[in-house]
Amino acid sequence: MDFVSENADLFVDAFLATLGLSLLAGLLALVLGTLLAAMRVSPVPPLRGLATFYVETFRNTPLTVVFFFLIFGLPQIDFVIGFFSGAVLSVGLYTAAFVCEAVRSGINAVAAGQAEAARALGLTFGQSLREVVLPQAFRTVVPPLGNVLIAMVKNTSIAAGFSVSELSSLLPRLVNADAGDLTLVLVGVVVGYMVITLPSALAVNRIERRVAILR
Amino acid sequence: MTTPVLFDLPGPRARRRIRIATAVGGLLVAALVALVLVRLAGNGQLEAQRWAVLFDPASQVPQALGQALLRTLQVALIGMVLATALGLLLAVGRLSEHRWVRIVVSTAIEFFRAVPLLVLIFALFFLLPKFGIRLSAFWALVGGLVLYNGAVLGEIFRAGILSVDRGQREAAYGLGMRKTQVMTLVLLPQATRRMLPVLIAQLVVLLKDTSLGFIISFPELLRGARSLVEFFTLQFGNQYTFQLYVAAAVVYIVINLLLSWLARYAEGRTRRSAKTAATTQTELPADVQMGGGGGAVPAGR
Repeated sequence: MDFVSENADLFVDAFLATLGLSLLAGLLALVLGTLLAAMRVSPVPPLRGLATFYVETFRNTPLTVVFFFLIFGLPQIDFVIGFFSGAVLSVGLYTAAFVCEAVRSGINAVAAGQAEAARALGLTFGQSLREVVLPQAFRTVVPPLGNVLIAMVKNTSIAAGFSVSELSSLLPRLVNADAGDLTLVLVGVVVGYMVITLPSALAVNRIERRVAILR
Repeated sequence: MTTPVLFDLPGPRARRRIRIATAVGGLLVAALVALVLVRLAGNGQLEAQRWAVLFDPASQVPQALGQALLRTLQVALIGMVLATALGLLLAVGRLSEHRWVRIVVSTAIEFFRAVPLLVLIFALFFLLPKFGIRLSAFWALVGGLVLYNGAVLGEIFRAGILSVDRGQREAAYGLGMRKTQVMTLVLLPQATRRMLPVLIAQLVVLLKDTSLGFIISFPELLRGARSLVEFFTLQFGNQYTFQLYVAAAVVYIVINLLLSWLARYAEGRTRRSAKTAATTQTELPADVQMGGGGGAVPAGR
């Protein structure tokens, strides 16, 4: 039991790091992803092009490479960011591309009559998107959006390779423990992730049922 | 396509506004790019000689990067083959008529999908040696990729098999085929065709995830670039750092784009093929598309 009590603090810190990383990156991804989705359906061609370029690039780049660039590349242009903020930025920017695709599929799923009615009422593009289309779009994409965010929580584990002391990094850090203790660490790490992902999945289910549009 | 639905066709004034916005936005982007370039040039990163090292065989850099790329592709290839095989086994197991097989296989699938890929790799790399099983970084990486992607592919294949029209299975049984024959001769060929685009998309994810080898110091592309950097830094200071990283990233992106295009091409083919007529379209969940350490799926659905 010594092993557990000695490393309890370490574990709690690591769990909080993963949780904080997930929350901040998730927030960034949601905001940026929605913005990108709005850009992709906007009337201004360059905005569409820019958003498409962003999404295609980030979806085809391994997250490790994104990390790599932000943490080792940015200093080359004299922007030095810490490991944690670098991790938040990497995971957030990467996930935003997937959020964008989810939201865009939601926008496409909103019945055409809704947008047409909004236009007929004289709403501008921004107004019809904000007041009419996006609220309905978000309701239909709750499950895919939830899946993206849950996958994102798992993706935060890559920060372990870039000096962030989050959950996964406990395994290499405590590698000198004996077999039983290290197994315990593994169980703890897995449980730590599930403590975040399982309630999130439940929450997604509940939100989905509450906001579902009955047609 | 929503574009024409969400806004009126721009009139002359709107068009002028759009042109102005385009110009301003273009200037902003150009300014940003210029800022980056100026900063890079200020640090001397744009000097031709620094980039020349990437293409100069005498420096051993192209060879080293090429070998690293080969190792990346090797991991990806072995991983793909094994993961596909494991996925098929798991899919068949989950559709088994025996309840205990179903329960065991479902638990395994759910477990491997719920755990981050990196944790799986860490477990194979750090924990197994404690029990006397020593895996090299190569096999730890391949093992993690196979376990995770096998579970994901298992779900993909299961969805594919279930999407084959019931009549096909019934007709096959009616012809007197055995369970194995029904699966291998009737269901799997049709399911595979339907699942091909998703399968390729998942294999792109697998290729992307090989970059996790960087974290356990397997000399794949990224780690290869990093070791070159460390080597050069000893001799010349960090003057080639940025160039080598850019090279590694560009190679990754190009390969993934190519595979994504392949997936889109395969999807176009399957749409038109009459051989998938007896299957129904199934959509995959987003977490499958995003992968455990990354993810890509052909855009423009």
